Amino acid sequence: MTPSTPRTTTAPHPRGRRRPRGAGRVPAALLLPALLGLAFLVLPLLGLLVRAPWSALPQLLTEPEVWQALKLSLLSATLATGVALVLGVPLAWLLARTEFPGRRLVRALVTLPLVLPPVVGGVALLLVLGRNGILGRWLDSWTGITLPFTTTGVVLAEAFVAMPFLVISVEGALRAADPRYEEAAATLGASRLTAFRRVTLPLVAPGIGAGAVLAWARALGEFGATITFAGNFPGRTQTMPLAVYLAMESDPEAAIALSLVLLTVSVAVLAGLRDRWMSAP
Amino acid sequence: MRSVRRLLAASAVLALAAGLTACSGSGGGSTSNNPAPARPEVKGTVTVFAAASLKESFTELGKRFEAAYPGTTVTFNFGGSSALAQNIVSGAPADVFAAASPATMKTVTDAKLTGGDPTVFVRNTLEIAVAKGNPKNITGLKDLKGVKTALCAKEVPCGAAAVTALGAAGVELTPVTYEQDVKGAMTKVELGEVDASLVYQTDVKADSAKIEGVNFPEAAQAVNDYPVATLAKAPNANGAAAFLGYIGSADARRVFTDAGFQAP
Repeated sequence: MTPSTPRTTTAPHPRGRRRPRGAGRVPAALLLPALLGLAFLVLPLLGLLVRAPWSALPQLLTEPEVWQALKLSLLSATLATGVALVLGVPLAWLLARTEFPGRRLVRALVTLPLVLPPVVGGVALLLVLGRNGILGRWLDSWTGITLPFTTTGVVLAEAFVAMPFLVISVEGALRAADPRYEEAAATLGASRLTAFRRVTLPLVAPGIGAGAVLAWARALGEFGATITFAGNFPGRTQTMPLAVYLAMESDPEAAIALSLVLLTVSVAVLAGLRDRWMSAP
Repeated sequence: MRSVRRLLAASAVLALAAGLTACSGSGGGSTSNNPAPARPEVKGTVTVFAAASLKESFTELGKRFEAAYPGTTVTFNFGGSSALAQNIVSGAPADVFAAASPATMKTVTDAKLTGGDPTVFVRNTLEIAVAKGNPKNITGLKDLKGVKTALCAKEVPCGAAAVTALGAAGVELTPVTYEQDVKGAMTKVELGEVDASLVYQTDVKADSAKIEGVNFPEAAQAVNDYPVATLAKAPNANGAAAFLGYIGSADARRVFTDAGFQAP
């Protein structure tokens, strides 16, 4: 896990003192693309800051539509993460701890939304859960509930896209966790469910946390599936990314202001996670 | 283990770099093919940015144009007029822009990016699109209050026209969604996700197998003028001029009339 072990003062280990590992300079063939890559990732964000209409910002950001969109985004991303946790952790456990025929296929299917263009996910959701959809039709005729164009629809679209991130993260944590703890719990008379609750869950809690944050961030940025499945209505289904996109059509300054808000939220999340990720070796 | 990882990372970087150069290569290639300076003949690709409501008629026009000018290819970018205008202002390489409202064209003329003054070539009127057979018995704008309705976002021309028409009718309507272009509003009716949407007569006509149109008197107060112009930075200026000329031809006029557009 930690190759950069605490510095030992005893042995004159080659890695002991100097931080730059390995001998010699950093070769230009690596340094140049590395710096280019860094610039490629950072420059657009700097551009956002440079072009931001700072003087008009207070006025732009206090408009009720902005808060409406931000509130909706935070709420729906959090609910989607909740859905992902409730369904995704057991799914990850199933994939990591049990053997059943077709497990590899199931695993591939679970990760499919990860690589699927979100807008395709939106179309698929609409065809299944829409008012005329395969399941949505029954839902509508039995309960009168229709999911498209509702905040529930936004949550579903976001959960569909974000849950695989959580499942993969938790499954990885489960595989890394020593199953002998669970076996020990079983020999002491714990049922499999109790062992999961009392032993496994605390063991992989950091993995669940990381997965939840990943899923939350993915849900917050969700655009394609949301606009396709849930449409676009301020306060109900217009999340921040949708607001940014539509503002870009008529009022680029407002779009920049909205983007700044999302950037700030993202930086805040990253800062909150700095112990986990930014200090990683 | 570690070296394997490094190898993987390095190959990922290489793959990305290759992808990037491939992208820029193809982009550069297509633009360098286009300009045919000094030659009066019309050749190469003509890129037309057009309002979503022009999709059917312009696609047809494109085919006829290619037949009339051998060696040309017309590529279209159909979308919400405001998004297209914004793309052009941001430097999207286009030869001709046809918008569904003077307001969206103004974004481009204000940026001094049109080749000449825009001319209005057709007009279009709103209609209520409902499912075939009109199951909800919608007869006018007032009936939209009780059903699920999709409107265009007010940023795009069909949405602006809808606001005008609803205002003229004195109907306050809360739709379930504001779509980014008129085709989005159409699709939602077609899929049965909404009961009605306010679209153009031409859209209803183009989809008459599944959709039925309901006329309403207030539409007369929200008729949209469609301006078209060549663009100042057109990569294929000759092609742009030829396409603009073709839009004014009697041949094109027939296509527009068949599609349900009115003459300006």
